[in-house]
Amino acid sequence: MEILARHEILLPVRPAFIVFTLVTAVLLNMLLGWAAWLRPDFVALVVLYWCIQQPRRVGFTAAFSLGLLMDVAEGTLFGQHALAYSILAFAGIALHRRVRQFSLTEQVVHVIPLLIANDLIVVGIRLLAGADFPGYRYFVGSLLAGALWPVVSVLLKLPQRPRADPDHV
Amino acid sequence: MEHQPPPFFRTGPSPLARLLIFSTLALALIVADARLKYLDTLRQVASVIIYPLQRIAGAPASIAQRASEFFTSSSALRTENARLAQETLNSAAQLQQLAALATENEHLRKLVDTRARVPARTSLAEILYAARDPFSRKIVIDQGSQNDVLPGQPVIDGAGVVGQVTRVYPWLSEVTLITDKGHLVPVLNPRNGLRAVLAGTGNDGALELKFVPLNAEFENGDQLVTSGIDGVYPAGLPVAQVVNVERNAAFLFARIVCKPLAGVNNHKQVLVVHADQTLPERPAEQEEKRAPVAKKGRRGGGGG
Repeated sequence: MEILARHEILLPVRPAFIVFTLVTAVLLNMLLGWAAWLRPDFVALVVLYWCIQQPRRVGFTAAFSLGLLMDVAEGTLFGQHALAYSILAFAGIALHRRVRQFSLTEQVVHVIPLLIANDLIVVGIRLLAGADFPGYRYFVGSLLAGALWPVVSVLLKLPQRPRADPDHV
Repeated sequence: MEHQPPPFFRTGPSPLARLLIFSTLALALIVADARLKYLDTLRQVASVIIYPLQRIAGAPASIAQRASEFFTSSSALRTENARLAQETLNSAAQLQQLAALATENEHLRKLVDTRARVPARTSLAEILYAARDPFSRKIVIDQGSQNDVLPGQPVIDGAGVVGQVTRVYPWLSEVTLITDKGHLVPVLNPRNGLRAVLAGTGNDGALELKFVPLNAEFENGDQLVTSGIDGVYPAGLPVAQVVNVERNAAFLFARIVCKPLAGVNNHKQVLVVHADQTLPERPAEQEEKRAPVAKKGRRGGGGG
């Protein structure tokens, strides 16, 4: 499978594409129906992807401001997602060299704990603010997001893949 | 002092330092929002940035609805037409009685010199999306402070009360559903006039009547309407139906589970009620007089 190759030489990523994917992730977070506990957090997933792939372009500032936007969109405590995404961005940046060594399926094993830690931070803040524990099914969304990681990685890498040279034999 | 060679690339502060800066900032924001409620302007700014996305988020559902309307079969339309004609006849009879009753009521109210009830103005709003937050039950609707929506206004649908506007942005507002944990509606049982407080439980389709004595007369199937004594919900809006009454002598209060009448999950449109919230002034003088009495009582209790 050429598309799942671990090391390939990619074209530089366009900043407009990064912004586009992040905006799409915010949109997806608001879109899907009523089963709130099944919805994966696409923003966390895409932020983590870019922190691992482009740690010098996407980092704390993007994670923090996207977190604030999500807080407004969902009417949660102002800053709860900002804190969770900042810590997620730190984990992504700290682990980016290690994670990139693995194949996509092996990367899932790294990604799921990070996303669950992201959820745990949100739960912790809300418990401190006086909410009730929402039940363990709250974490199902993160498992789903982890399962989506290979798909997201392949999709987001597509514009960076060099086009095949038609003159090449 | 340890001396380090200069780095090849200038990358600014280390990731750990940045993490500390950003998480301190986030924690400060959380505390300011949860404890001090200072951040409304900042929220308004962010809401303007995210507004286009929120509108787009509401689009697929309305497109799907329009598509399904387009493909409605003629037989379905015919049955619906017959049903509507029947309903119109039924309600026409009731409406004629209602007009007579309304005039009679107005007359009686004038007689007893009470405030005439102002008919509440409503405006149609579309549900854009439901918040993903598992800790609360909230929806976002497409009417905001530009459409005269104010925090605290009740939101209803054809069947009953949906919730209450809790936060208003320029073009959108957030509605907390009655099923939200911590949302209370003062209700009345029209069958016998008993008043109680209806609380959300946090899961869809279940509400609980709080602090109802064991011997209070609530039965399965009782319809509960808003009592209007809170000054938020206009009186007489249907809210819920009692589905289960559990009287256990081991507890002080009966456990009464109700089912909300409004079907929030099925609808796309709701009505925002621009109710007139002119409450009578709080009687300040009386309270001052009462305060020392209460103090005395407490002191007496402490001594005894």
